[in-house]
Amino acid sequence: MFFPVRLSFAESLRGAKAQVVHAVDGVTFQVKRGEIFGLAGESGCGKTTVLRAVLMLIQPSSGSIRYGGVDLLKLNRKELKKFRPRIQVVFQDPYESVNPRMNVFDIVSEGLFINNLVANADEATAMVTQALTDVQLIPAESFLYRYPHEISGGQRQRVAIARALVLNPDLILADEPVSMLDVSIRAEVMNVFLQIRRKRNISVMFVTHDLALSKDVCDRLAIMYLGVIVELCAAAELVKKPYHPYTQALIAAVPVPDPSGEKVRVLAKGEIPSNVSPPSGCRYHTRCPMARDLCAEKVPPLEEVSPGHWAACHFWSEALESYEKGGTSLLEQEP
Amino acid sequence: MPALSVENLKMHYKVSTGYVKAVDGVTFHVDKGEVLGIVGESGCGKSSLALTLLKLLPSNGEILQGTIRTQDVDVTRMKDADVRTRVRWKEIAMIPQGAMNSLNPVFKVGNQIAEVFQTHSHIPKKDAMERAKSLLTLVGIDPSRANYYPHELSGGMKQRAMIAMALALNPSVLIADEPTTALDVVVQAGIIKLLLALRREYSMAIILISHDLALVAQMSDLIAIMYAGKFAEYGTSMQVYHEPLHPYTIGLLGAFADIRAPPEELVSIPGSPPDLVAPPAGCRFNPRCAYAKEVCTSEEPPFEEASPGHFVACHFWREIKELKKGGAGA
Repeated sequence: MFFPVRLSFAESLRGAKAQVVHAVDGVTFQVKRGEIFGLAGESGCGKTTVLRAVLMLIQPSSGSIRYGGVDLLKLNRKELKKFRPRIQVVFQDPYESVNPRMNVFDIVSEGLFINNLVANADEATAMVTQALTDVQLIPAESFLYRYPHEISGGQRQRVAIARALVLNPDLILADEPVSMLDVSIRAEVMNVFLQIRRKRNISVMFVTHDLALSKDVCDRLAIMYLGVIVELCAAAELVKKPYHPYTQALIAAVPVPDPSGEKVRVLAKGEIPSNVSPPSGCRYHTRCPMARDLCAEKVPPLEEVSPGHWAACHFWSEALESYEKGGTSLLEQEP
Repeated sequence: MPALSVENLKMHYKVSTGYVKAVDGVTFHVDKGEVLGIVGESGCGKSSLALTLLKLLPSNGEILQGTIRTQDVDVTRMKDADVRTRVRWKEIAMIPQGAMNSLNPVFKVGNQIAEVFQTHSHIPKKDAMERAKSLLTLVGIDPSRANYYPHELSGGMKQRAMIAMALALNPSVLIADEPTTALDVVVQAGIIKLLLALRREYSMAIILISHDLALVAQMSDLIAIMYAGKFAEYGTSMQVYHEPLHPYTIGLLGAFADIRAPPEELVSIPGSPPDLVAPPAGCRFNPRCAYAKEVCTSEEPPFEEASPGHFVACHFWREIKELKKGGAGA
């Protein structure tokens, strides 16, 4: 099952002067059945906007979101309601996304009742218990009537996953699901995603800024910068063979938990520009150590540079070569 | 003589349910030009430790025992007025957590940095501004930005401005509490490079407080792993990362993904940090520890020297060391 998503400008108005925030500017990708697909990038890159669009919480300015052969954007409210249970979400903050006045059973079963998927409370209890077991909240019975303040952050996040899971979705969207949890408990939540994928063949689209974690969890990874996808390929390959200079800068900047390991390097100039008036041509050219005239003039297409590996850079071959040779370091200050 | 020396420091907060023993017997020292990383997760007491060192505790916080000494003064029993004039900013400076939000939004950035000079030495405003501008240059910001308001700067620039402010009076000790949280990873790398360069230039002692083991590995000479108000392990970064002895350290190292390693299974530590009003008896980590035995639930482990300079608080560090030598892996 494929979900091709093609979005264009998401507009927002600010005050009297109509300004356009080019949040997402022509993003195309597919999430396969049972795949864990990562959408990674730094602040302002548009990844959360894409997630909201796929959830149909916001209306894209143009494009299509195709699910099972149907363009969801063309459906009316009644038709859309039938699809909603099949695409679910887990939000970032387990302290905000879970109602403190509802117990676990109420939280997880709410969707079942809203969508008329169960006839009575007994049926709901059976499904909720199964969902809680699937997210490793065992024994499920002991969690049913607890309130959020009685369980830990990691457990709360698993309740949020159970809430998504109980509706039997094909796709779960996860917006930085572990970034607010202590590092020592992140794995317990990430492993739940891996298990439910294995057990139920659910696809997961995982929005994150944590590249190191994405590499361990995602099958494929897309890197976004200022509203566009700059690179897309298998997660393990992205770290070994990054073609795009921005991907290279991201990887070089991630510290490794080893004092004798590589030191971080700064391979990008300056900071992320505004996406109200993004740079011309390639949006990364203002920060790119390899930028040429062409880069400011022409938008590089996202092309297949090797099987299954896509990059949007006019000079992708050179960029990879340079990186493999040790790369250019812009702000190297020897420690 | 170390730049900062802390002996058996204990402090608590008074709350309605009792006393939160946030820092419960911490000892360390940092020399000039050395970087000590204090690593711990939420609620371990690391930020409370930072505040205690600068005597910036809230009204319900109290130092119970122990000493805090810089090269020149004993800070522990000093009166607040003296701490303000002699210690804060001059000897020990801090970049607080969420520093970017510490800038006053209604004053220009240059003025805020200049304020440090004006408060501590009576130099004319014009000179203070000049010094503020040269500090901005030092941290990689165009000096013309001194006339900007905080909201006109990016997150990374605001953080650099805070670092500039901390450096104003040439302190011998710089405490950086989560200096890169909320910053993008590329900007974070720039801040790391900046702090390392400053350490080299000014021979400052730096205490880097963070939950991020990977970040701390980039910069630290010494590492302390903090759990529930105490140091679980302490040593050089090579010792702690390559030969960890405390089960918590081992668990924490396993939880951090390494971007350069091949895809691996991530490990988590079951349970969650203890309530510091009524922490578990014996070793505070025992409810979550895979190696815990009877004695761990009744007796607190001593903080002992396992090898020169490498300290650990665990009853079974010798057994764990043997286990790991046998190839059980890190």
